[in-house]
Amino acid sequence: MAIARRLLLALGTAAVLVLATPTVADAAQSPAFGVGHAATPSEIRAIDIDIAPDGRGLPPGGATAAAGKDVYTRRCETCHGPTGTEGPQDILVGGRGSLSTAKPVKTVGSYWPYATTLWDYIRRAMPFDHPGTLTDMEIYGATAYILFMNGIVGEHDDVDQQTLPLIKMPNRNGFVADPRPDIPRRRLP
Amino acid sequence: MSGYGSRSRFEKASRFVDVNTKVPLEEAASTTPLHDTYGIITPSSLHFERHHSGVPEIDPATHTLTIHGLVDLPLVFSVDELKRLPSVSRIHFLECSGNGRSEWRGGSTESSVQRLHGLTSCSEWTGVSVALLLRECGVHAEASWVLAEGADAGKHDRSIPIKKMMDDALVVYGQNGEPLRPEQGYPLRLLLPGWEGNSNVKWLRRLKAMDRPAMTREETSKYTDLMPDGTARQFTFDMEPKSIITRPSGGDTLSGAATYELTGIAWSGRGTITRVEITTDGGGTWTDASLQSPVLPRAHTRFRWSWHWDGRESVIASRCTDDTGYTQPSIAELIKVRGVNSNYHNNGIQAWKVASDGKITNGNRA
Repeated sequence: MAIARRLLLALGTAAVLVLATPTVADAAQSPAFGVGHAATPSEIRAIDIDIAPDGRGLPPGGATAAAGKDVYTRRCETCHGPTGTEGPQDILVGGRGSLSTAKPVKTVGSYWPYATTLWDYIRRAMPFDHPGTLTDMEIYGATAYILFMNGIVGEHDDVDQQTLPLIKMPNRNGFVADPRPDIPRRRLP
Repeated sequence: MSGYGSRSRFEKASRFVDVNTKVPLEEAASTTPLHDTYGIITPSSLHFERHHSGVPEIDPATHTLTIHGLVDLPLVFSVDELKRLPSVSRIHFLECSGNGRSEWRGGSTESSVQRLHGLTSCSEWTGVSVALLLRECGVHAEASWVLAEGADAGKHDRSIPIKKMMDDALVVYGQNGEPLRPEQGYPLRLLLPGWEGNSNVKWLRRLKAMDRPAMTREETSKYTDLMPDGTARQFTFDMEPKSIITRPSGGDTLSGAATYELTGIAWSGRGTITRVEITTDGGGTWTDASLQSPVLPRAHTRFRWSWHWDGRESVIASRCTDDTGYTQPSIAELIKVRGVNSNYHNNGIQAWKVASDGKITNGNRA
């Protein structure tokens, strides 16, 4: 009797597992559903645009700040100002040493931890009204010029596929992991 | 009769779009009229908005989701193909990390609960488990992060820890029983229950399994929380337990000493609300409010309490506790630890001041 009941229970459990989660048995093997199609290398290449802090994803090419001033003036200055400090949109330059003051100024120079992020973001989202219209060389140029205005590279330094990931941003070590919950626990009555 | 209904012409509640911000409208926000919504579900038409590069118009017949990176088999799914996979429906709030940001510096002169805290909404979402999709691609054991990227003009992107992706993340196509609204990511968005709004990437086109975060602009220079010592907290995903009395609230006028229902919403990005308390004497004493069922994890929870107002000046507020045992702090307690420049993640208690003439204003102002 006890054995029969245990058997029934085991069978029942197995049946429930099979009915409720048909994927459990298949999980070890993918694909289980066979829905979707295998992505081709060219399909992936068309959208795989992120640039890693170690430079993975950067295309060949490069520019100096001197060469990049032109693209900054034509495509960036209206929103960010002639020296990157005027706005009206995000301030790009200055603010070093301000982060622990009452009026922190977060800029590429004072706040951004990776230079590669600047290249990635310009290609991804800038100029705000026409993202995706800059050439790779223009992106290297704008990146170099913004870094130059922040005193991070020289006017004639090559900012390219090799050197960009090596640039040490001033606030590289300014970030900490989320420690929350960070408020002393309250004991309610 | 009509093919797609609309509300009574007598009803006027709408999102508040701040057209006076200095940022372009494509990067602006609109807030939910919390004072004029009931229960826990936000009508899709009134769900708050925050875009980074406007709202794209996407044809679902041509939109695809590509999953690649550290996987055995990179796959491309059409929207129809995703709908053929086992579907999941769940009710979750979505809150912008900047909700309530006006209150860090002594309280704003603004009184409306919509303007102060309207960057939170709650919907029933329908979609496919991200864990299922990642397993379908044969995700590698060393994949520790997944980059999620949108198809909007700026290709908004965030790196998400794989643990969250495998726990409860969804790729959703449905909101409150119909397809997602364009401003909520039509035809596909990522939903990370309880995590800050901007990580729930809209118009989702790509998930890339990686062994480290991509360090996108959004997760380095934008959505990081600056501390008084000049360091910044990064990957601050959870929206911590928070509650607000939504009615009556700032802008209302009580019509004399009488009994009023105080009602509002509470939610926790870490779990389920277990308790909401009300004070009518500025925090001197607290009394339990009733919770309206259903009380769901990582969802708005409706509370109410009957108050006999004696006609004297009062300060009313709510505070909530969740099933992790965390109780919503005062803003002063938050500031003591974080200073006033962290900008995001204000889950402090919101006080409303009721004057003797019944007028209600922002009680966070000294």
